[in-house]
Amino acid sequence: MSSMYNELILEHSRYPSNYGTLDNATASDEEHNPLCGDQIRIDLIVEDDVVTDIKFSGRGCAISQASASMLTEAVLGKSVEEAKAFSKDDLLELIGIPLQRNPVRLKCALISLKALKSCLYGTGTVHSDAE
Amino acid sequence: MTKATQAELDIAAVRRDFPILEQSINGQPLAFLDSAASSQRPRQVIEHQVDYYQRYHANVHRGVYTLSEQATQAYEDAREKVARFINAQMAQEVVFARNTTEAINLVAQAWGGANLQAGDRILLTVMEHHSNIVPWQLIAQRVGAQLDYLPIDGDGRLDLGVLDTLLTEQTKMVAVTHQSNVLGTINPIPLLAQRAQAVGALLLVDGAQSVPHMPVDVQALGADFVAFSGHKMCGPTGVGVLWGRYELLDAMPPFLGGGSMIEVVGLQQSSYAEVPNRFEAGTPAIAEAITLAAAVDYLESIGLERIYQHEHLLTSYALEALSEVSGLQVYGPPTMDNRGGAISFTLEGVHPHDIAALLDEEGIAIRAGHHCTQPLHRVLDQNATGRASFYLYNSTDEIDRLVAGLRRAQGMFRR
Repeated sequence: MSSMYNELILEHSRYPSNYGTLDNATASDEEHNPLCGDQIRIDLIVEDDVVTDIKFSGRGCAISQASASMLTEAVLGKSVEEAKAFSKDDLLELIGIPLQRNPVRLKCALISLKALKSCLYGTGTVHSDAE
Repeated sequence: MTKATQAELDIAAVRRDFPILEQSINGQPLAFLDSAASSQRPRQVIEHQVDYYQRYHANVHRGVYTLSEQATQAYEDAREKVARFINAQMAQEVVFARNTTEAINLVAQAWGGANLQAGDRILLTVMEHHSNIVPWQLIAQRVGAQLDYLPIDGDGRLDLGVLDTLLTEQTKMVAVTHQSNVLGTINPIPLLAQRAQAVGALLLVDGAQSVPHMPVDVQALGADFVAFSGHKMCGPTGVGVLWGRYELLDAMPPFLGGGSMIEVVGLQQSSYAEVPNRFEAGTPAIAEAITLAAAVDYLESIGLERIYQHEHLLTSYALEALSEVSGLQVYGPPTMDNRGGAISFTLEGVHPHDIAALLDEEGIAIRAGHHCTQPLHRVLDQNATGRASFYLYNSTDEIDRLVAGLRRAQGMFRR
């Protein structure tokens, strides 16, 4: 029996939620994991301070894909304030597998959160209406 | 070759030399299939290093007291031993560096800084490790030189058809791996040496994956520089070797400055020591260099030809077994012609990281990722691959476990 690959992780990696890209995103960010060469991109739309749509794309392991899938589910429809407050621990609790002693896989799990935060804090690509 | 060196390896006996292999990981016997990243060490090597620290540690080339003389003697004996191991013409041609990476940086900075000019070209291959790419980028950017890359064919072998176009009078350095750490391809070094020489270019060989696994004679290769690491050949981390032809090393300016590499130090300038000391600034990795000599002894007691044959059998067995796994794609030569013991692969529907994590749950250690070859992985159109690599202590049983583990991983991820 596998400790890291429970049914939840496997289901999210097989059938991820919110997979894709948004043409009309208000912010996007792509993060790379230099250890493995994987990348995750987040596109989101903020309207009236609410995350009204969010998609993720890119290639990665089951942990990074499942984590991104759960993260997008968690922040969709939330206010920007709430999404900003969504922490590393919140995400790890959602994923529900012990990664604390595994720094390499921890990076896989948190790469989507890094992309989300870049979008929310405007350090990623911010699309203005003029574009 | 004598009868003894032709005999197959006694794997059980070899494995008893490696204490680390006696353990279980996640309740299963450890199957260590990542020696291309770093090998394990036998008891004989570990004990040698302990013995040095317990009996004769002191700084080298400095003291006139007994311990320092003993340490200096052992350090220089290690240089002699390594020189004989690779058939260097003389011990002064062996420079101790930190690892292959530092050895290549040394050549790029010291030789390149003195000899490369704007418009010069450096020829690499797309299968190079980052350690044989980035040092050349650094010096090329500094002096305005250009990098060219030999491509590979569909079997992961160098495409020599374009050699004439890429290797020209402007080419001053050809830097190429002897054996790819990803594809396992063994490159035709003597041929490349001949062609480089014909246009007046030097040839540097990255021997990190070849020197530990086959007999390597630097003179027979025809190379000008060969770099390799101690930790991939049953030796310690922190020590590597740069071998260079004496005239070339002798004409090169220093790489790093500091103690040991000087002759007379003035306030504004200094004169430098003879080679190899000129390139060994500061207290060297004394314990590690001395222990590397023990690793050479160990490998020679088994025989490099025998190790090569053993890995040849393992790799051939593994390629056959892996070919029966559906959805598994191997990157690299499909036949054993000039092919060493590193096999990189992808498995449809399972990311390499997940494969490696699932195999670890069964005590099997493989590498997953780009293996420090991002340009090659771009050519392969993969972000990451899994890699199993073999050494003298691996067995066909471990390959059977790998194959069974891959099938289980595939089963788990099937939609």
